[in-house]
Amino acid sequence: MHVPDGFLDAPTSVATGVVAAAGVGIALRKARAELDDRTAPMAGLVAAFVFAGQMINFPVGAGTSGHLLGGALAAVLVGPWTGALCISVVLLVQALFMADGGLTALGTNITLMGLVGVFVGYAVFRLTLAVLPRKVGSVPAAAGLGALVSVPAAAGVFTLLFAVGGTADVAVDRVLAAMLGWHTVIGIGEAVVTGLVVSAVVASRPDLVHGARGLARPTSLRTEPVGEVAA
Amino acid sequence: MGAGHGHRLHFHAHSVVHRAPAHLKILLLLAFVLTVVATPREWYPVFAGYLALLLGVVLLARVPLTYLLPRMVVEVPFLLFAALMPFVAEGPRVVVPLGAWDVSVSESGLLAAWGLVAKGTLGVLASLTLAATTEPTDVLRGLQRLRLPDLLVQIMGFMIRYLDVVTGDLGRMITAMRSRGVDPRSPRHWPALARTLGALFVRSYERGERVHLAMLSRGYDGRLPGDAR
Repeated sequence: MHVPDGFLDAPTSVATGVVAAAGVGIALRKARAELDDRTAPMAGLVAAFVFAGQMINFPVGAGTSGHLLGGALAAVLVGPWTGALCISVVLLVQALFMADGGLTALGTNITLMGLVGVFVGYAVFRLTLAVLPRKVGSVPAAAGLGALVSVPAAAGVFTLLFAVGGTADVAVDRVLAAMLGWHTVIGIGEAVVTGLVVSAVVASRPDLVHGARGLARPTSLRTEPVGEVAA
Repeated sequence: MGAGHGHRLHFHAHSVVHRAPAHLKILLLLAFVLTVVATPREWYPVFAGYLALLLGVVLLARVPLTYLLPRMVVEVPFLLFAALMPFVAEGPRVVVPLGAWDVSVSESGLLAAWGLVAKGTLGVLASLTLAATTEPTDVLRGLQRLRLPDLLVQIMGFMIRYLDVVTGDLGRMITAMRSRGVDPRSPRHWPALARTLGALFVRSYERGERVHLAMLSRGYDGRLPGDAR
């Protein structure tokens, strides 16, 4: 769920806006260093993919539905910097063209989902990968664990922001407990879907998965004579 | 793939609001929502003024409210959250007569819920008004004039340009899944859904590579032609 306008007070919104701008600025430079002049079309298409993935809603009870956040998924598939850039662009487009997430809350949303979600997810992914056996089969499991941790981590940071600039008089420990509990459940769904999607991509195109670099054996073209050709 | 060229939320019309320069509209929208968010929620008449101002702009833009209202559903999950506020917040409690029952709720929670609903709704309506009166390409050009990094504007441009293609791809895959008896929403069928999303990623990524090559063959050097700068 995207944070709307008026959820956090103006100073907190502006502060997260500065954090988000700095983060996106660094991500732009890092993604450019990696993708070179491919950055615009590649990041644009991956952002469109993330947006499409977020369109699939899952019922989570009480008449509401949740959807894939995709932070950890993007980080594992295209790398953390390009991933953060793609998620930020998705949030920007959603706020400007679809009123999904407030414009003043854009910095908050980018900080939570584009930066915290992506980088926590990627860090956990890397740490898990270092422990698991070095083979391609470990990548989906590590990606799933990254997704599992990334969602409550973003919710935790949101609670922190809420404690600083929240506009409702709710005890912070209760918010934290509710947010972490609820988002751990969401995180499990996110983890399963992320792991399965990464496993599907790894199975068909391991060369495209950023997180599987150095693990996949390079494929080579093999030619063999097949016997006499009928005249 | 032969989808319309405008985006789903654009309402085609000719008005002062439609014609106004996009960068001005973006700045005004930002100033408006920031002001709304910074306004203390106890200033009830001021919020009525904001709403009147906004409705005035909508009227001027000749965008029917029947067009905007259904699009405000993005706000619904958050309204549910706001509705919970009076019941979970601390502080002195007040009794609200609600039909046959008297419900005891937190006073500050009630106030918080009002603030969330009022500010959130004004924000959504204002953003929708911008989207309804401005073509995406104009918004992008406006962002460029506002000195958003060129690369970021380009990425947004590509995302918007291929959004209908990629979502159309997914839509056809989902239709194919459903016609084979798969319910993409059910966790039981998540493996099938995940393979679909995996295939969608590979398709999108490869499309990006083809688009890049096509651009190179037309002389792309990191900047889009037609840019002012």
